[in-house]
Amino acid sequence: MGFFDDKQDWLGETFAQYPDKRAAIMPMLRQVQQDEGWVSPESQEEIGHLLGITATEVAGVMSFYSYYQALPTGKYHLQVCATLSCAIGGSDELWDELVNELQILRGDVTDDGLFSIQKVECLGSCHTAPVVQVNDEPYVECVTKARMQALLEGLRQGKKIEDIQLPGKVGHVVHNRGEEVKA
Amino acid sequence: MSDKVPGAAGRGSDAPGPIISGKDSRFVPTLYAQVGKDKSWTLDFYLSHGGYESIKKAIGMGQDAVIDEMKKSGLRGRGGAGFPTGLKWSFMPKNSGKQHYIACNADESEPGSFKDRYLMEDDPHQLIEGMMIAGFAIQATKGYLYIRGEYKRAYDRVMAAIKEAKERGYLGQNLFGTGFEFELYVHRGAGAYICGEETALMNSLEGLRANPRQKPPFPAQAGLWGKPTTINNVESLCSAVHIIQRGADWFASMGTEKSKGHKLFQVSGPFKRPGVYELPLGATFRELLYEYAGGPTEPIQAIIPGGSSCPPLPWTDETLDTPMDYESLVAKGSLLGTGGVIGIPASMSMVDAMWNVTRFYGHESCGKCTPCREGVSGWMVSLFEKMGTGQGKKGDVEVLENMLNQIEGRSFCALADAACWPVRGSLKHFRDQFVAAENGKAVERVGSRWG
Repeated sequence: MGFFDDKQDWLGETFAQYPDKRAAIMPMLRQVQQDEGWVSPESQEEIGHLLGITATEVAGVMSFYSYYQALPTGKYHLQVCATLSCAIGGSDELWDELVNELQILRGDVTDDGLFSIQKVECLGSCHTAPVVQVNDEPYVECVTKARMQALLEGLRQGKKIEDIQLPGKVGHVVHNRGEEVKA
Repeated sequence: MSDKVPGAAGRGSDAPGPIISGKDSRFVPTLYAQVGKDKSWTLDFYLSHGGYESIKKAIGMGQDAVIDEMKKSGLRGRGGAGFPTGLKWSFMPKNSGKQHYIACNADESEPGSFKDRYLMEDDPHQLIEGMMIAGFAIQATKGYLYIRGEYKRAYDRVMAAIKEAKERGYLGQNLFGTGFEFELYVHRGAGAYICGEETALMNSLEGLRANPRQKPPFPAQAGLWGKPTTINNVESLCSAVHIIQRGADWFASMGTEKSKGHKLFQVSGPFKRPGVYELPLGATFRELLYEYAGGPTEPIQAIIPGGSSCPPLPWTDETLDTPMDYESLVAKGSLLGTGGVIGIPASMSMVDAMWNVTRFYGHESCGKCTPCREGVSGWMVSLFEKMGTGQGKKGDVEVLENMLNQIEGRSFCALADAACWPVRGSLKHFRDQFVAAENGKAVERVGSRWG
C-alpha cells in the first residue's frame, strides 16, 4: 500500500493550494518525513508518480534541504544548531557530549531505535543558544548539560517534549525594552 | 576594549529633531507591542487593539494612495537588502489581467536573526493584515507565506490565525463589503538558507530545486508561475500596517535622513539580556547593547552588526557610538543587514568565528555557479579547516585574499558575496589573528563555553 493511498483528502487540499501540483512536492515530502522518520526510495517513487515527475527529480528536490532524510532516523531525531551564536554558546561541546552519550554519529540510530543526531545550520534562535530541535517540535532552548540530560531522560521515558521538566531557564526568552516580556 | 561608562549621551528624551533613541518619550513601539502578552495571537485580541482597521483604511484610500504613502514613509525592506518597499510595490503592473501574487519571505535564516519568528508566533494577524495591505496595493488576490520549516510554533499560530480570519470573514471574498478578495496560503521550507533569496524562494515554492533565477525578468514582471509577484519580508509587511494606520509622517519622524522609521534589532552572544529590541533607526549600538541588552558578560572583541553576512566591526567606542542606520554602517565598511547583532567574545579566535561562518555559507551554497560552489564550499572551507587546525602555512592569508577577489562579485547571486564580506572585514580589523593562524597557531577554545 502506498503512503498516500489513505490520504486522498489531504492530497486534494494540498494540490488545491497551488496552480500547479508540482508545488506540492515539499508538503508531500514533509508528510512522509514526519510520519516515517525518513523518505524511503519507495516513497520518493510514489511522490514522483503522483506528481507526474521522475523519482530522480524528487530526489533532486529532496536532497536540496536539510529536513528530509534519505536514511531512517531514530524516534527522536536531535538536530543541534552549529552556527555562530550557538557555537559561541557551546554547541560544539554539546555535540561532543551527545556523541559520547549516545555513541552514534550522523546517519546512525541508537540500538534501542530512540535517537539519531544531526548538526544543522542556524535555527533562528540565536539569543537562546545553544538550541536543539527534536523532530518537528518547537525548539529546546538554552540547552545546558543538565537540561540536555533531563531532555534525554524524559524522552527515554516516552514523555512528550512539552511535559518534560527541564532545570533552569525554560527557554523561549525574549527581551524587549530592557525587560523580559516572554519566558 | 571599551570601558567607557554606558549611556546614550545627547540622545535623551524630547531632544528636538527626529526620533533616534528608544528612550525618546515620543517613540512608540508598535511591531512588538503585543509580543509576550497572553493570547496575543488570537483574533479577538487583535481586534481589541484596532486590528484589521488598517486594511479597511487602505481600501478606502485606494491602491495608488497606499503605494504613495509607503513611498513617502521611506520604509526600506527589512529582510536585509534595504530596498524601498513602496518603490518595489510600484513596479507591479496595473490591471494586467493576470493573477498577481504577494509572497511573504518568512524564511528567516540569516545567522543572528530571529525577529520575524516572534512577529509570527505572537502577532500573526498583524502579518496577515500586512499581506492584505500589500495584496490590495499590488492587485494580488492570492498570497503565499513562505515560512522556514523549523519554525513550528510560528507555523501553528499562523495557521490558527488564518483559520480564525477565514471563519470570521477577514480572509476570502468580498471583504468588508468592498469587493476586495484575498486568499492566503502557507508554504513550509525545509532547511535551506538560499530560499531567503527571492528568486530561489519562488523556485522552492514551485517545487523545484531552490536555485536562484536569472534577473531580469524581475518578479514584478514574471515571478511565481510566471505571474507578477512581489516578495516582502515579514517585518516590512508588519510595518505597512502601522504606516497606513498612523501615516507616513509618523514613520518618517523616526530615524535618520535616509534611514526612516524603526526596526527590530536582535542581540545574541555573551550579553546580559540577549533578545529582540524595537528601536528607531539611528539609535547607537551603545544604546542597544548597554541600555537594552544590559552590556556584555565577558570581554567582546567584535560585533557582527546585522547578521552573519555583514563585516564584523571591532569593539571600540567608535563602533559603539555608530548610529544603526543603513548609511552609517556602510560608511564604517559594514552593513545594517537584518539588524541581527552578534557579539564575538575575545576568548574566541576570529579565525574560528570566520571558519564557522564560512562553513555555514559553504553548506548553504546551492551549487548552481562555480565561484560559489568551488570557491566558497570548496576552497574557502578547505583553507579555513587547514588554518583552524594548526596546519596554516606562510602565504595562506594572501591565498585567502586572492580567493575573496576571485569570488566576490563573480557569483550568480549574493550568497557568495555574503560569504566573502565577513571574512574581508575580519581580515581588515583582525589581520594579526589570521597571521598567527598562518604561522601554525590552531584556534583555541579558551575553557568550555558550555555547562
